[in-house]
Amino acid sequence: MKILIVDDFSTMRRIVKNLLKDLGFTNTVEADDGKTALPILEKGGIDFLVTDWNMPGMTGIDLLKAVRSNPHLANLPVLMVTAEAKREQIIMAAQAGVNGYVIKPFTAATLKEKIEKIFERIEG
Amino acid sequence: MKSDLLSLAKDLVSALEKGDQAVADGLLDELAGLRETQLFKEIGRLTRQLHDTMVSFSVDSAITAMTEHDIPDAKERLQYVIAMTEQAADQTLTAVENLLPISQQLNDQVALLAEKWSRFLDREMPLEEFKSMSSEISLHFKESQTGLGQVQAGLNDILMAQGFQDITGQIIRRVIDLVHELEESLVKLISIAGRKESGRHDASHHSHHELPGPVVPGVDDKEGDVATSQVDVDDLLSSLGF
Repeated sequence: MKILIVDDFSTMRRIVKNLLKDLGFTNTVEADDGKTALPILEKGGIDFLVTDWNMPGMTGIDLLKAVRSNPHLANLPVLMVTAEAKREQIIMAAQAGVNGYVIKPFTAATLKEKIEKIFERIEG
Repeated sequence: MKSDLLSLAKDLVSALEKGDQAVADGLLDELAGLRETQLFKEIGRLTRQLHDTMVSFSVDSAITAMTEHDIPDAKERLQYVIAMTEQAADQTLTAVENLLPISQQLNDQVALLAEKWSRFLDREMPLEEFKSMSSEISLHFKESQTGLGQVQAGLNDILMAQGFQDITGQIIRRVIDLVHELEESLVKLISIAGRKESGRHDASHHSHHELPGPVVPGVDDKEGDVATSQVDVDDLLSSLGF
């Protein structure tokens, strides 16, 4: 299980990376916005994408749309972890095909719950 | 200008005296043309003045909007940054204060047991003491397990506490943008007052961020259109069939 973590703040990438490690996911790669993330995804081998929304260059929502419109990536599970909390944004992410939505600041338990839920759905 | 008029008028009089109607008509047109040019110049000047006034008015109102709304907002945002950083520091310090005694206690136990263990290896330990050491070791295993569990939880707390940097960073960025906008508006106002305005005016108020960014309690949640907790998000998503 290889996970790509996308956030423009390195602190947040480290937090997510360490939480994932704690959950038993040790194989992670990082990118600081959608533009750098997309080539990594296109190269293949990523099983799960955790992304922020508000990033310079390419935002998380655009990355999500790019992923869903690429036949090789369309089924990739995507968890959005973001400070964007407007209802219309959450709805927009849902319509774009996000698999889970966590708002910052979040707890370790929340992240764990959402990730487990996503994997349950995939397996079940 | 005046001499132009005068010579045109003289030419007109002489043309009329000669009864040369065609020349007189031409001169009359020329005279009217001169008047029109002047009129247009005056209209041009008035238009420029009106434009300057309008521009300074819109810069004025942009500044008014900023001082009435954005600056107090920015203050609350910065207060929130202080509160968040304080909370993160508190959370980290509490975790460290809880962890240090645990680590100290385990460290002491290990030192004591290590000393006994090396005496045992050197076959210098009477059977009675060996028995008590065995139960001490069992106890140490048990306490290590509990202690290390607490250490792990505490380290996770410290890890999570660092999330403030992302949120506060985003908020501070926005406040910097606001200060920048205010500065630009003031510069524009000063240059208009000094009549050096180039005429190009860009009232791009709040154009930098289309995204609302982190929700600051008391500032961004007044309209009721934001999710204020993860529970809110989950409810909304489940109402959408998630």
